[in-house]
Amino acid sequence: MIIPHPLLGPRDSQEFVYLGDASLINRPDWQAGDAADSFYEYQYLRDNPAGTHRELWYHEMGDRSWLIVTRNTVTHEIISAELANRQTAAAKTKSSRAGGRK
Amino acid sequence: MTQVNRLDGGLIDRNTPLSFSFDGRQLTGYAGDTLASALVANGIRLVGRSFKYHRPRGIISAGSEEPNGLVELRSGARREPNSRVTMTELFDGLDARSQNRWPSLGFDLMSVNDRLSSFLGAGFYYKTFMWPKKFWELVYEPIIRRAAGLGALSGEDDPDVYDRGYRHCDLLIIGAGPAGLMAALTAGRAGAEVILVDEDFRAGGRLTLETHDVGGMAGCDWADSAIAELSTMDNVRIMPRSTAIGVFDHGIYSVVERVADHLAVPQPGKPRQILWRVYAKRALLCAGATERLIAFDNNDRPGIMQAGAVRGFVNRYAAAPAERIAIFTNNDDGHRTAVDLAAAGIDVTAIIDSRDEAPASDVAEVLRGSVVSNSSGRLGLGHVTVRMAGGGHRHLDCGALAVSGGWNPNVHLTCHHRGRPVWQDDIAAFVPGDGGPAGLAVAGAARGIFSTAGALADGQAQAIAQLAEIGITAAASKMPEAESDDINITPMWHVGGTKRAWLDQQNDVTVKDIRQAHQENFRSVEHLKRYTTLGMAGDQGRTSNVLGLSIMAELTGKTIQETGTTIYRPPYTPTPIGVFAGRSTGADFRPTRLPPSHHWAVEQGAVFVEAGAWLRAQWYPREGETKWRQSVDREVLATRQSVGVCDVSTLGKIDIQGRGAAEFVNFVYSNGFATLPVGKTRYGLMLREDGMVMDDGTTARLGEDHFLMTTTTANAGGVYRHLEFVRQCLRPDLDVQLISATDSWAQFAVAGPNSRAVLQQLVDPQHDISNEAFPFMACGNITVCGGLPARLFRISFSGELAYEIAVPARYGDAMIRALMTAGEPYDITPYGTEALGVMRIEKGHVTGNELNGTITARNLGMEKMVSKKKDSIGAILSGREALVAEDGLCLVGLQALNGTDVTAGSHLFAVGTPVDAKHDQGYVTSAAYSPHLEASIGLGFITNGAARHGEIVRAMNPLQGRSAELKIVSPHFIDPEGDRLRA
Amino acid sequence: MRYSGFRILKEGLTGNKGWRPAWRDPNPKPAYDFIVIGGGGHGLATAYYLASQFGQSSVAVLEKGWIGGGNVGRNTTIIRSNYLLDGNEPFYEFSLKLWEGLEQDTNYNSMVSQRGVFNLYHSDGQRDAYRRRGNAMMLHGADAELLDAEQLRAECPFLNFDNARFPIMGALVQRRGGTVRHDAVAWGYARGADALGVDIIQNCEVTGFRIQNGRCTGVETNRGFIAGRKIGSAVAGSSSRVMQAAGLRLPIESHVLQAFVSEGLKPIIPGVITYGGGHFYISQSDKGGLVFGGDIDGYNSYAQRGNLQVVEDVCEGGMSMMPLIGRARMVRMWGGIMDMSMDGSPIIDRTPIDGLYFNGGWCYGGFKATPASGWCFAHLLATDTPHETATAYRMDRFRTGHMIDEKGSGAQPNLH
Repeated sequence: MIIPHPLLGPRDSQEFVYLGDASLINRPDWQAGDAADSFYEYQYLRDNPAGTHRELWYHEMGDRSWLIVTRNTVTHEIISAELANRQTAAAKTKSSRAGGRK
Repeated sequence: MTQVNRLDGGLIDRNTPLSFSFDGRQLTGYAGDTLASALVANGIRLVGRSFKYHRPRGIISAGSEEPNGLVELRSGARREPNSRVTMTELFDGLDARSQNRWPSLGFDLMSVNDRLSSFLGAGFYYKTFMWPKKFWELVYEPIIRRAAGLGALSGEDDPDVYDRGYRHCDLLIIGAGPAGLMAALTAGRAGAEVILVDEDFRAGGRLTLETHDVGGMAGCDWADSAIAELSTMDNVRIMPRSTAIGVFDHGIYSVVERVADHLAVPQPGKPRQILWRVYAKRALLCAGATERLIAFDNNDRPGIMQAGAVRGFVNRYAAAPAERIAIFTNNDDGHRTAVDLAAAGIDVTAIIDSRDEAPASDVAEVLRGSVVSNSSGRLGLGHVTVRMAGGGHRHLDCGALAVSGGWNPNVHLTCHHRGRPVWQDDIAAFVPGDGGPAGLAVAGAARGIFSTAGALADGQAQAIAQLAEIGITAAASKMPEAESDDINITPMWHVGGTKRAWLDQQNDVTVKDIRQAHQENFRSVEHLKRYTTLGMAGDQGRTSNVLGLSIMAELTGKTIQETGTTIYRPPYTPTPIGVFAGRSTGADFRPTRLPPSHHWAVEQGAVFVEAGAWLRAQWYPREGETKWRQSVDREVLATRQSVGVCDVSTLGKIDIQGRGAAEFVNFVYSNGFATLPVGKTRYGLMLREDGMVMDDGTTARLGEDHFLMTTTTANAGGVYRHLEFVRQCLRPDLDVQLISATDSWAQFAVAGPNSRAVLQQLVDPQHDISNEAFPFMACGNITVCGGLPARLFRISFSGELAYEIAVPARYGDAMIRALMTAGEPYDITPYGTEALGVMRIEKGHVTGNELNGTITARNLGMEKMVSKKKDSIGAILSGREALVAEDGLCLVGLQALNGTDVTAGSHLFAVGTPVDAKHDQGYVTSAAYSPHLEASIGLGFITNGAARHGEIVRAMNPLQGRSAELKIVSPHFIDPEGDRLRA
Repeated sequence: MRYSGFRILKEGLTGNKGWRPAWRDPNPKPAYDFIVIGGGGHGLATAYYLASQFGQSSVAVLEKGWIGGGNVGRNTTIIRSNYLLDGNEPFYEFSLKLWEGLEQDTNYNSMVSQRGVFNLYHSDGQRDAYRRRGNAMMLHGADAELLDAEQLRAECPFLNFDNARFPIMGALVQRRGGTVRHDAVAWGYARGADALGVDIIQNCEVTGFRIQNGRCTGVETNRGFIAGRKIGSAVAGSSSRVMQAAGLRLPIESHVLQAFVSEGLKPIIPGVITYGGGHFYISQSDKGGLVFGGDIDGYNSYAQRGNLQVVEDVCEGGMSMMPLIGRARMVRMWGGIMDMSMDGSPIIDRTPIDGLYFNGGWCYGGFKATPASGWCFAHLLATDTPHETATAYRMDRFRTGHMIDEKGSGAQPNLH
């Protein structure tokens, strides 16, 4: 597979290490009353869709960035690849505005 | 023997005769021959035996689809079983032997199977060999195994090397026949980066096998002229002897180039083959088509061949399969064979054409509406029986029968992403369907356009269309003139009969087998394939599948489209395992990392051990030491009594900087780091999010915003990746940057009561490293040896007064030599990983043996190190009920009693309990002989271990028939109070 | 119809006209006591044992395509019970014992060949881990042997003892492990189940579950609604897709595992050999093909095909371990979809929905489990209690922390 790295252009997936569903960036609040449940679901349950999947790839043999790649798990077609930290930073800003994370 | 069947003409070089042997017979051929054409020229029809019935087998094709002409090629370690004679270029001294026969090809005792064929039909082995029970493995299976298989491997290591390469292009063109050449010319002239691959050693595809003209010249001459023009273009790369074997995601194609298979041995320094990974923006499949046979009784006799192959041997190789040849066809293409054979002076016995409306022929009698119903001849064709249109029979003498059942486009690569081909009635064949690999188009015969003119035009049109998609404009050019005949097929799959009619000649699958599969409800194509082995031969069904499917379709009353095909998989043609491995074999399987003191250690005569990717000194034998334990014991004692030194550069080192560094470290370790003072080091416990221990190590605070983390050697990469995940995905709010510093620093442990005295000689005098100024767990940037920047950590893995000193990696070799010199007065002793292991067990430090991924902080007795007052990775899930159970496993020390040994991997049992899984209480993780305690000791996990110090338990090792009595003790065998560390 | 040598003789002499369908193709009935979703090895075995061991006659197997078309038809045929952990070893040993009697039980020769499984080790640490595992196997009543380099060399002289990146120091051997003709397992169970009255319904895809008041009462299919008293899903590879229709999220990801076969060769490899220095394992089939594989591709996939880098990685491992295979030609590579679970171990359990049961998460080890999985799932379906060897395969074990993590890789499926 070839991953369109947002900074480095097309790169062979061999340069990357795969982690899994991009929901892993949404780590629950450790102080919430249901933290035990939400951490269990966060860590262990997956949508595992046959189709479009947002997932985390790490450019280990490259610039060491974590990417969120949107890929079809049936055809392997890659729809997009973005830097994970932009995504998470944006999400964190939003949730802190909403009074989420400490 | 002379080349009895050699004709005039052909594309062979008669000035270069080549000698070769087949089954020990010395024969000659010419440069430009394949082994197949040379065998044909020498009048050899019998080349092998079939898999199951050991029927005589002859060559049926002139291409890579050949299912029968398989030989053991070369000898010694280069022996290559199952080599297709049609793809083997003749070279001088070639040595080939037939396979799967005993004692000889002509007289094969296993052909008794043929007489028993009524009992050996589809799936017979699933129904028998079950009684008596033990006989399957003792008797039946060994017999079957010996009979199975075709050729034999040499049993020796492959002596050749293979390589890998990477290429990029705008347009990859697969196949250099008329469509491929025209596409290449079109794209090349447009300036596109083009790679043209062809499995043949001579470009032209069918043009090399045919007689018709292209652009007013012989087709093969036109191909040569096209290649000549392409060769002048810098943007076009032509790769002969190169087969595109697979299509992978996003335009990645694997192409195997046979660099040296046409030579007796590869040239010095050259690989045998290269696996090219071609990154293509677009690709065009111009792989042509494969001719089908027609099933009739005994249609497998040597001499019965594809009609296109028969004329191909005659036209290209000037080799006549026989003096008298009959033709059996259901389409016009068969007639073309008759014309070419007659032109070469071969007696065409008759054209048996199943169509009532078959055209007339100028060169032979046409038997319209007739079919070949049987054949005869010992070890090769002698006669065919023709069932005439009117119902009578005629017997024809012929040494070969050229059969044309129509052509199957080579759709293989279009199905590598599980797309299915679609049936096209007018050509009675599958053509590429939708759902092929993105970016792969098909042109010419590979998509059912069989005429030369059609292929040329389609090659150009498809090239223009593909290039347009990537923004390259290519111009159409005037097409060379060429034939544009239809093949006018009227499908005819199978001539009814009472005997066996073969579909898959290699695996011996007959029409009867299809019928039986149908009868037993193995009707889906996948069941049919698996039950009968149809299409599981080396050609992946290229010569057999469509025939088999058509017969199943008849039986079920479905159409062939409804019946469908099985899935085509890479590789397109059988491919040596070696070429996929490239040079990553043997000692070069993976890179080897060498620590900075490696060359020095070699000088010392160290014994080395593979530690993950690293090669580390295991121990340093001295003269007179004959057993490894002598060396290791000495190294341990010398370190504990005076001073020792060990290269610990392999530990992972991660530099962490930024205003958020403290909070970051505090988040990834379960214990607190926020308050660690500058200039101090702390042991850190790192958990996975699931609460299991991921790694441990010491982390130093070199500045307010600067930490240096160490990891275990094995987890250096994984921990770094994890930290980047935390930084980028979980805590982008923190201002922190990471860099791996593992390779930047050479780090040495200097351990033992005299370690300070040694270091004081090297550390520049302005740095006070006295116990008061630089106490246990201190760290700092210093200089050594007169100004060399260094880092000093007062940490200890051995339990002794110890330091780790780091210098830039390029000074590592100098540093170890300086340490050895400075340590001379104290008889400083280098120690290896074994002594390191002994000392850490004596001290009760855990490593990968203990941290096996199923161990919690609680199991280690470190539950207090999981802070509940802060958010850290793993804290929440380590509170799950099973992980906080009172009777959980607990790390203990183990000391052997009564002269027994502690053995890692033993299981622990309370005295007096049965030795079974139910009473299993734990296991031994590490073991060593402690020269300090003069006892065999170890570490392990046992239920409720913290409360059991002093108890005697049994360590059971039934695997090796051993057991031991062990006493549970504290894991800290030496200096439990830590006085030495602080000395 | 009973299969035997005599039957073959008789049929052979009378034109092979008497062979009957190995299984019927019945139309679905409106209702069954038991519906097993998935006509793979596990589903068919479940149905077979429901009928043969638990006396159930109202059983249907629903298969969306053709039976045996999933992983039972595309694996590398290895059987073994060389597991470390208490949660696993009794189950796999039970499975191995069932393999040992399978042909006599089903009257179908699935060619169980106990040729031995050799796991090579390359370091002291690996040897110690194998010692722990071998001892665990023996404590559970399984067989195990630990060979040193010289003992291994005597049996497998062709291994690369002399020029290896990671030295071959010995092997953990299970002699009772080996290979089985994989397709025949599906067919043998199908034929056996059919003979006991089980309806095997092909081309019947489950599209939804009818769930009323927390109870599953049947399945919607492309051939209409079929009511069931108890419904079990055994569709590893597609578990998430099927169970999503019941509103369940699983601790499972789908991954592709590739496998490879060479042309037929005369016998050269004695048993199953796995490489401890890389990702590679190999055996030789009765037909002579070298059957080999390695690691999963590592990304979520339902594509049943993989990519080139894993092909290369596998062949590198092979050539490092036994360079004599360099000139053997691969004829086919293929991919199957694995239910990769969060601890590398399977699930056989009830679901939170009454009447709906789940069997899945087999990672790339499902084939060897087929008989025991079928038996234990049948036990659960028939009795509503787990079989004694499958008590650890609970769906909620991740919530409670009772993971069964043989490799210790944690909650990352592609590492198991």
